[in-house]
Amino acid sequence: MRLSPDSMIFWQHGFVKLNATIVFTWGLMLVLTVGAKLITRNLSVGLKRSRWQNLLEIVVTSIEKQIEEVGLRQPEKYIGFLGTLFLFIALSALCTVIPGYEPPTGSLSTTAALALCVFVAVPVFGIQDQGLGGYLKSYAEPTVIMLPFNIISELSRTLALAVRLFGNMMSGAMIIAILLTITPFLFPIVMTALGLLTGMVQAYIFSILAAVYIAAAMRTREPEPAPTP
Amino acid sequence: MLIDWFTIFAQALNFLILVWLMKRYLYKPIRLAIDAREKRIAAELADADAKKAEAQKERDAFQAKNEAFNLQRAALLTQATDEAKAERQRLIEAARVAADALDARLQEKRTTDARNLNQAILSQAQQEVFAIARKALADLAATSLEERMAEVFTRRLRQMDGPAKEGLAEALRTASAPALVRSAFDLPAEPREAIQRALNETFSADIRVRFETAPDLISGIELVANGQKVAWSIADYLLSLEKGIGELLDKQATSEPKTV
Repeated sequence: MRLSPDSMIFWQHGFVKLNATIVFTWGLMLVLTVGAKLITRNLSVGLKRSRWQNLLEIVVTSIEKQIEEVGLRQPEKYIGFLGTLFLFIALSALCTVIPGYEPPTGSLSTTAALALCVFVAVPVFGIQDQGLGGYLKSYAEPTVIMLPFNIISELSRTLALAVRLFGNMMSGAMIIAILLTITPFLFPIVMTALGLLTGMVQAYIFSILAAVYIAAAMRTREPEPAPTP
Repeated sequence: MLIDWFTIFAQALNFLILVWLMKRYLYKPIRLAIDAREKRIAAELADADAKKAEAQKERDAFQAKNEAFNLQRAALLTQATDEAKAERQRLIEAARVAADALDARLQEKRTTDARNLNQAILSQAQQEVFAIARKALADLAATSLEERMAEVFTRRLRQMDGPAKEGLAEALRTASAPALVRSAFDLPAEPREAIQRALNETFSADIRVRFETAPDLISGIELVANGQKVAWSIADYLLSLEKGIGELLDKQATSEPKTV
């Protein structure tokens, strides 16, 4: 039994290999890019617009709204990263209904890569926002004693991100695979539907957590409320 | 091994490429489209607000104009009504004055006509009456009336006194020509003597007298001496009668009720 699509290797040349994870990821990238390109090819700025444009606008504005609700004041600055996280994970989960498809997020390598991206993005956005000194200083908040704990927290949450998504996606695929062998009818369909829901929830959780981490990295910069007389 | 480092690296790279692609083909165009639409809607709303404000302003201006027009119209109407009333009053007054004047003229004309008619009737009646009277008296006088009249005349002469008598005496004394005794008929010798005698006795002098016949004296006798005159005639009575009748008619004309 295959635990991860990583093990499905199509081509290998030494260290470099082309496994199912990368291929399916490319497929998803292609679908996302081509779809976006097709829909945004002739966007309408008027009140009348196509259903697809409407859908994309809803998606984009909803993501922006979510980012804003987390506490990031300029959602357009973070939507590129956080929105793509959500869309990629969500589409990856949605495609599980396609037979033969294996979600790339069911590979720990992918989830680790995404978690690493978040791990890198948090200090990048933090430093961008409040400078290197300011960002590094936030690790020693509220006291210097907290520094190791903060660092541990940073690492562990990245690990948690990766493992949580991997566990959920892999378990979903695994359960379906097991159920297919036991009860080939009905149950796998129900579980697939449940898997879709889980996938969407995981996509939401992953991107929201990433947003929360980024927001936490710049929380120190939030303006002090004006003193009341 | 669950973790493949190459796959991690490749996936991270894939993800970063996807981020760039999404930014390029999804978020940016969508964001631009949304912004453009929002801007357009905002512009349209602003335009609508401006138009609304303008419409409100125009409406206010129109209402103000309308009110001013209504007020002006009411004022003009009131003025016109007042003027019409005044004109009506004036016309009625003028008509009344004209009617009064016409009425007065008509009344006057009626009065004048009535008077003229009365006068004409009276004159005619008088003339007829006097003509008959004269004729009758002339017929009567032709018999014994002359003597009787002479007798009456002499009695009057004898009865004269006071200033009248003195005046006549003075006139008779100073007169260069003889006193003239005129009568409507030829006086016979007897009455002439009686008159001469009466004069002589009354004025205690020898008075020269000349007798003359004057048909215009209606059955009368008169003595004329140096501007003084003593006369008796039926014409005098007739004149007083005429005067009395004339006064009566005048009274009737003035007291005649107005017929409107």
